Amino acid sequence: MLSTQKILALFKKDVLLEFRQKHTFYGILLYIASTVFVLYLSMDNPELNVWNALFWVIQLFICVNAVAKSFLQESKGRMLYFYSISSPVEFIVAKILYNLLLMVLMSLLSLFLFSVFMGNPVNNTWKFAGIVLIGGASISMVFSIMSAIAAKAQQNAALVAILGFPVILPLLMLLMRLSKAAFNEVFKDGALFELIGLIAGLDVLIILLAIILFPYLWKD
Amino acid sequence: MVKKNWWKIVSLLLLIYTVVGGFLMDVPKLFILNETIRNLYFHVSMWFVMMILFGVSVVYSIKYLRGFNLRNDIYAVNYAAVGSFLGILGYTTGTIWANYTWVTDQSQTLGSILKEPKLIGAAIALLIYGAYFVLRGSFTDMDKRARISAVYNIFAFAMLFPSIWIIPRLVGSLHPGAPGSDSGNPALNFKDIDSRLRMVFYPAIIGWTLLAVWIATLKIRIQLLKDKSLLNE
Repeated sequence: MLSTQKILALFKKDVLLEFRQKHTFYGILLYIASTVFVLYLSMDNPELNVWNALFWVIQLFICVNAVAKSFLQESKGRMLYFYSISSPVEFIVAKILYNLLLMVLMSLLSLFLFSVFMGNPVNNTWKFAGIVLIGGASISMVFSIMSAIAAKAQQNAALVAILGFPVILPLLMLLMRLSKAAFNEVFKDGALFELIGLIAGLDVLIILLAIILFPYLWKD
Repeated sequence: MVKKNWWKIVSLLLLIYTVVGGFLMDVPKLFILNETIRNLYFHVSMWFVMMILFGVSVVYSIKYLRGFNLRNDIYAVNYAAVGSFLGILGYTTGTIWANYTWVTDQSQTLGSILKEPKLIGAAIALLIYGAYFVLRGSFTDMDKRARISAVYNIFAFAMLFPSIWIIPRLVGSLHPGAPGSDSGNPALNFKDIDSRLRMVFYPAIIGWTLLAVWIATLKIRIQLLKDKSLLNE
């Protein structure tokens, strides 16, 4: 059955791998820095809505780049090895945890870079940081599964985008709406919690579906 | 496969009734809507049937994963295909309706119409099933294709659900059923749909559903014949 020890070991393996092969990690950092810089050169101090839209679109692309490789990098032989030492549920939970950590780091970093380069229209920084954490976590979970599916199709990362973008849209719409709370937009009583509840509900649904469906993806 | 054909006759009769009754029977005269309300029998039914067929497709995907019978995969993909087609028809009928109400009478701009949450939800649905077919196209191995696309179908349907059923209820919309308007579920609420409309609307949904299932079963039968050698039964 589920063993926390195994999940932690798999999680640790992914983190260690990231430290050993620093080029992918730095690659993503460079990706964030250069995108934000390009945006800065083309427009500084955009208005609120533009800032919000740009921020979430950039999150989406960072996620495609950072998370997509998580399954694509595993070779067939290595997958077979994981197959023999762990259960699929442990494997997917470890992957999701690792991607979550990666994406949360990247989200916070891009928030920092955004507020340095693009001006900071956010009134309530802590609130927005919280929303960014929820958002990054949700996006990373969806793309973990899309990456697992795309890896089975033996296709490039482009398939991750094709599969993932329509699926992520409802979540992204909710997030963009929620982030307006940090821009001092006044919400109706209870509307804010309704939104947060909806996003949290979707996240739970994603995790449950991942746990139920991944065993079918895993066998070959 | 349903071998009986009484339901095909029922479908035909109901649709004849829908078209004849839909165009000739009395409808309530409403501001702006006027006679365009007759489009309810066609436009709303298309979305209804699309959602039903997507639901059927997901059920067959689940059934596939339970027993790995390729037959269920063929069912799932064909129901999804007919569902997507109905989604396109729903857009077409919606365009006609919008042209006579939102554009001419309310003078909405194209920008505000395209931002309609229901339009976006429907677009997400079509994109998801577009991605589903792209995913299927990228496999050469039949069993693997069936398995992986079944997983995607189930996952995508779960994510599609909020975008069609929940988000349009939360944000402002030109469609009925948005917050602020007093109607709840558009066209389903007993209190806000006129009984004259109900006389045709409910038979219309049943008729269109049966017709769509009929089309799907024809497609499925062709596919089953084509893959006869592969389905070992």
